[in-house]
Amino acid sequence: MQTVKASALLTNKVGLHARPSVKLTQTAKRFSASIQVATSESGPWTDAKSPVKIMRVKAAQGETLHFQAMGEDAQAAVAALVDIVARKFDEE
Amino acid sequence: MERRLSGLSASAGFAYGPAVAFRALAGLRREKGSADDERKALSHAVALALRDVSALAARLEGDAAEIVGFQVALLEDDALTEGAYAEIAQGVAAERAWTDTMDSEIAGYEASDDAYFRARSADLVDIRDRVLRRLFDLPEPTNAPPGAIIVAEDLPPSSFLGIDWSRGGGIALGGGSPTSHVAMLARGRGVPMVVGLGPQWQAITGAAVVDGVTGVVLAEPSAETIERVRLQRDELNRARDDAEARKREPAITRDGAPIAVMINVAGLADVRDFPVEACDGIGLTRTEFLAEEALRDEERQYQLYADLLRWAEGKPVTIRTLDAGGDKPIAGYTIDGESNPFLGLRGIRLSLRHKDVFRIQLRALARAASAGPLKIMLPMVTTPDELEQSRRLLNETLAELAEEGLPHATPQLGIMVEVPAAAMAIAAFDAAFFSIGSNDLTQYATAAARDASDVAAYADVLHPGVLAMIAHVAAHGVASGREVSLCGDAGGDPRAIEALLRAGVRCVSVSPGLLAMTKEAIRSVDLAASRAIP
Repeated sequence: MQTVKASALLTNKVGLHARPSVKLTQTAKRFSASIQVATSESGPWTDAKSPVKIMRVKAAQGETLHFQAMGEDAQAAVAALVDIVARKFDEE
Repeated sequence: MERRLSGLSASAGFAYGPAVAFRALAGLRREKGSADDERKALSHAVALALRDVSALAARLEGDAAEIVGFQVALLEDDALTEGAYAEIAQGVAAERAWTDTMDSEIAGYEASDDAYFRARSADLVDIRDRVLRRLFDLPEPTNAPPGAIIVAEDLPPSSFLGIDWSRGGGIALGGGSPTSHVAMLARGRGVPMVVGLGPQWQAITGAAVVDGVTGVVLAEPSAETIERVRLQRDELNRARDDAEARKREPAITRDGAPIAVMINVAGLADVRDFPVEACDGIGLTRTEFLAEEALRDEERQYQLYADLLRWAEGKPVTIRTLDAGGDKPIAGYTIDGESNPFLGLRGIRLSLRHKDVFRIQLRALARAASAGPLKIMLPMVTTPDELEQSRRLLNETLAELAEEGLPHATPQLGIMVEVPAAAMAIAAFDAAFFSIGSNDLTQYATAAARDASDVAAYADVLHPGVLAMIAHVAAHGVASGREVSLCGDAGGDPRAIEALLRAGVRCVSVSPGLLAMTKEAIRSVDLAASRAIP
């Protein structure tokens, strides 16, 4: 099984706070693949389906979010996550 | 055995119903069972709390729904309870394990150097306490049966908004104050409320009467009391119905002085069922809903302001620029940890420090002014220089809009009179209009905090010193030909209206729910008669 990787720049003003965290995890949960997120390529990696853990990351505006996913729909999952970050979580 | 508890009236009216007490959670203990029992107890409490917030989220709209939605997402996440289950496996009681886990999660949020994350710690506290209430089988105020009397030390506004008041009910608080946010909500919704009962509130059990007219709570009332309260309530309801029937008629005193009555709103939702012909315009639009991203969203602000102007059908709409600080923090905007926020950076003081945010609001306001008579009102103005700095920014904004070819108009620029020094030096301010913010003016003039029940009785607008300041501002309005209005709670307080009119106030702005009774109170005043002792 291939690990699919991608990254996206966090540009929304408030970073990965409550609303974006919930949106990110809701998107991740639509896929069966295991998906992880980190603010550095070397980790530490966080379960992208857990809003509690994502809030602990406290990613701020200007940081890069790295994604890695494994499973059937890993490719589609990573594409969807990069897209929602690029769309600033439809906030602005 | 009937017991009488004295407090302060925070919202007029009478309510009788079962008392639902909402007690402090710190230090509560249960009988501890086996590790398996404790795990099941916590898991059950979390499931029930999740059900509660999911139901609440489904009922709310907009920002409130999103806040509760965040709580739903966290409660659905096993990562929230992991730590607590690990502690339970070590032999710790469910309530201890849950509180420890949540407190360390809360500390993580509070330690963030980002105000957005720090502000979210309140949601975690709310979740922690919801689960604890389920664990101890304590009532959730939002699940109180219709018509219940909510009894507590204090009540957060979010709880008030989650309670179904459609079939009556009342509020009796040990602490609180008549000028608190939740008291304002209660008056607007017509929910009888008494505050400042002191520690004796904890003894209220069974049924209770809230007499929000005299500020008394009667625990376990006798049959005679219940009957008397029913009659008083019916009489008040009749008076309210009569007032409602005459709400579209002008408010004219017995001796023929016409008084303008405007309304205070925060957005279109407040006027959805309100007939525009019943008021003389909008005297105060609160814009504190512009939390977080909306602060910098010119387009969204412009739409909201223009919507209000369209609703007002040509009547004036006064919009207050962002009045944050004091008891209204905004993450990433207000200053955290001020030793005395009410004497710190509030209102215009903050706007002039955040000129980028202020300019966006001024642009949106100037653009919306093309849709009708929009007036800009600056909060917490202390010096004439603050008004002149704001005027310069507004003029720069107007020049920008002209250059960009965007439709706009020049709004009137006025100030709120809330600082005693500004009230006494009112002639120094070249404002198009003056609006007396009686809540803050009273709190600053009487040196009595708005939200402290121990001193709430001092914060009385009828203090001759406060009335003298109001009279001074009103007299300047007459002499200079500038409009003076009053947009605090006092304008909607039947006990205060005569004194305000005698002080020279000829325009008040009140919450839409109080307009009908305010007009009735005005109609009963005879300014030609010799002065009544207030």
